[in-house]
Amino acid sequence: MFQNQPSAQPTASSAAPALAPTTGAVATLQALVAEGVDTIFGYPGGAIIPIYDALYDFKEQLNHVLVRHEQGGIHAAQGYARSSGRVGVALATSGPGATNLVTGLADALIDSTPVVCITGQVFAHLLGTDAFQETDIINITTPVTKWNYQVTRAEEIPEALAKAFYIARSGRPGPVLVDITKNAQMQTFDAPEYQPCQHIRSYRPAPVVRRKYVEQAAALINSAKRPFILWGQGVVLGGAEAEFKAFVEKSGIPAAWTILGVGALATGHPLNVGMLGMHGNYGPNVLTNECDVLIAIGMRFDDRVTGRLDKYAKQAQVIHLDIDPTEIDKNVKTTMPVWGDCKETLPLLTALVERRAHPEWLARFNDHMAQEVEAVIREELFPTSEELTMGEVMQQLNEITRGEAIIVSDVGQHQMVACRYAQFNHARSNVTSGGLGTMGFALPAAIGAKFGAPDRPVVAVIGDGGFQMTIQELGTIMQTGVDVKIIILNNQFLGMVRQWQELFHQRRYSFVDIQSPDFVAVAAGYRIAGQRVAARADLRPALEKMLAHSGSFLLEVMVTKENNIFPMVPQGCSVAEIRLR
Amino acid sequence: MSPEPADRQEYNITAYTENQVGLLNRIAIIFSRRKINIESLNVSPSEIEGIHRFNIVIVETEEVVEKLAKQIEKQVEVLKVYFNTNADVIWQEMALYKVPTDVIAEKVLVERLLRENGARAVVIRKDYTVFETTGHREETDNLIKALQPYGLIEFVRSARIAIIKASDGFHHKLREFERREPSEEVAENEFLNDREQVFTM
Ligand SMILES: Cc1ncc(C[n+]2csc(CCOP(=O)(O)OP(=O)(O)O)c2C)c(N)n1
Repeated sequence: MFQNQPSAQPTASSAAPALAPTTGAVATLQALVAEGVDTIFGYPGGAIIPIYDALYDFKEQLNHVLVRHEQGGIHAAQGYARSSGRVGVALATSGPGATNLVTGLADALIDSTPVVCITGQVFAHLLGTDAFQETDIINITTPVTKWNYQVTRAEEIPEALAKAFYIARSGRPGPVLVDITKNAQMQTFDAPEYQPCQHIRSYRPAPVVRRKYVEQAAALINSAKRPFILWGQGVVLGGAEAEFKAFVEKSGIPAAWTILGVGALATGHPLNVGMLGMHGNYGPNVLTNECDVLIAIGMRFDDRVTGRLDKYAKQAQVIHLDIDPTEIDKNVKTTMPVWGDCKETLPLLTALVERRAHPEWLARFNDHMAQEVEAVIREELFPTSEELTMGEVMQQLNEITRGEAIIVSDVGQHQMVACRYAQFNHARSNVTSGGLGTMGFALPAAIGAKFGAPDRPVVAVIGDGGFQMTIQELGTIMQTGVDVKIIILNNQFLGMVRQWQELFHQRRYSFVDIQSPDFVAVAAGYRIAGQRVAARADLRPALEKMLAHSGSFLLEVMVTKENNIFPMVPQGCSVAEIRLR
Repeated sequence: MSPEPADRQEYNITAYTENQVGLLNRIAIIFSRRKINIESLNVSPSEIEGIHRFNIVIVETEEVVEKLAKQIEKQVEVLKVYFNTNADVIWQEMALYKVPTDVIAEKVLVERLLRENGARAVVIRKDYTVFETTGHREETDNLIKALQPYGLIEFVRSARIAIIKASDGFHHKLREFERREPSEEVAENEFLNDREQVFTM
């Protein structure tokens, strides 16, 4: 289901697998090729030189992208994975190279992104001696990986990598790290033909579907008067967009999305009622506390979605479809758990639910939306003020790209604006750091997203703060010539923090005023075209120029300094207490 | 700090796992990130070759223990996790006591001491004697009280080990667990003896 099927299946005809003498480094790259990897993002160093040496001879099969910082490498691998549905691969050396991966691993773990990181390590005989550039990366990364493993002998490499890819992409996907000591990279051994991993005896990627629960869930749905669907990234990870659409359309139930779920059902679909959570839409949040049956699909009731748990959907019977049993009952108690991959469970459910429409109930979402348009959205997208708003940039972008682009966003106010207002016609179009909220994510992730989906336009939307966290990846763009459109929404503030200070800390703007370089000039230094826009009349032509430009382009848009993102569920409040202003 | 929920009690968590470097850390993190203290931890081989067994004791509510058990079981190298209250298991801890032999020989009726506390002399040397008892906490504590006046040199108590009371043991438990936490029916046993055919590393 998760692609990246090995291109070379072991041949059944040859009785004994062929043995060929190779080094550990070559075996590592052979494993990547066998797993169907085409692009890797990395940065060399002493402890991984043997693998880089071997890479010199693999240029035909493996495209290596030299990033400017290992954090950029793993975020690029994440972007690649998110846009393509395949496993992203990042390479780093030991010590500082490996520790620079930690933020990306944490990000990938919380957002269930399949990534395999390969790190070099000091010689096995030096382990534990505080050798040069030795860090205990296995223990450092244990809390932020789905699995990790240290290889100290070349013979372990094929099996370790086979396991790594299998674990990264199966079940609830996640990041995996394989640490390979330098001696293991250099050793020669008789490598058997590569065998992909299909089963690990202690690992159950997906629980078995219980029909009884599906039947009971269907009965509950059929008896509901005001049912409501919440969906998350599980739908996309399961590749179940079509199954999901069929379920929504047959049941006629209004459906709202989490920030990582967006795109699984087109933004313009009549039953798509908007975004959940802290900066989500008004209707979905208010009506969460009025529905009678809540159907959560591939989402995990994150606290940014639920607000105060003790006041969350207390009136509702909850059906929870999830592949990961630890998510069921973790935050919200379910009436009916439907364990399993939603690709499998949704069609079973769809077959049993009655074809219905809920016109009055749906109308309530639409009424709330009308209120929200009046109070917030119209002014945000079609401002009457002189200064530019973040929302109108997204609105103009939508009109030009028509929901076909991959939008990669960073973290902050612009992220909420991008996710709220971008139009998405396809899954795998929204790449953003959801669970960790990692500033600096977007620029490298956009690079990776383009490598993962070279035929789609990729537009990164980034704040002036976050852009400066991984600004060095402009060098990666320059060197690879990858085509990424960058929009910096410059409000001259660390905007989201400023918003909180304004609303909850009596406008004490403590260290949120951030100065920036001349971004267009910086881009020019990297031979990347760019433009700066501060007037409304220039916005549309600049966006058109950017999208028509062949190759990367940086567009800096000067927006209102002190704009706030509304609606908002203040922290510690119930979702029903969402504020429109 | 929030007040202690009244329904907290001792739970015995049993995890069957691969024998893998680093797994102890992975499991320990599940407790430490929630700031839960492990009261007792024992790791040993199990009745199945190549499979290890963790016995972990914590004081928590059932709800929390259930979540922890799920998270432990989610680790790639963990086959199965169960949890039981003390009422459901037979459990033991072992204690060793080292005392000066001359004092003991001179002042104590050793035989009576052994009998009253269900203890055994493990080593008797000229300079010291080591006793051993096995039992619940209060039982192993008793001998300390008896020996303290005679110059207890050293005392050590082991982690707890526990075994389920029901006569059908964990096979039955497994079924029960499967009902609540579905996965492939008794799937681990299917592959337990196929060490070579599956990825075990
Ligand atoms: C690595 C990291 N450090 C700090 C934060 C906290 N933080 C969240 S939003 C934000 C402000 C972002 O400012 P900017 O990038 O300019 O975007 P804006 O909110 O103005 O759109 C900060 C500092 C974070 N999310 N990530």
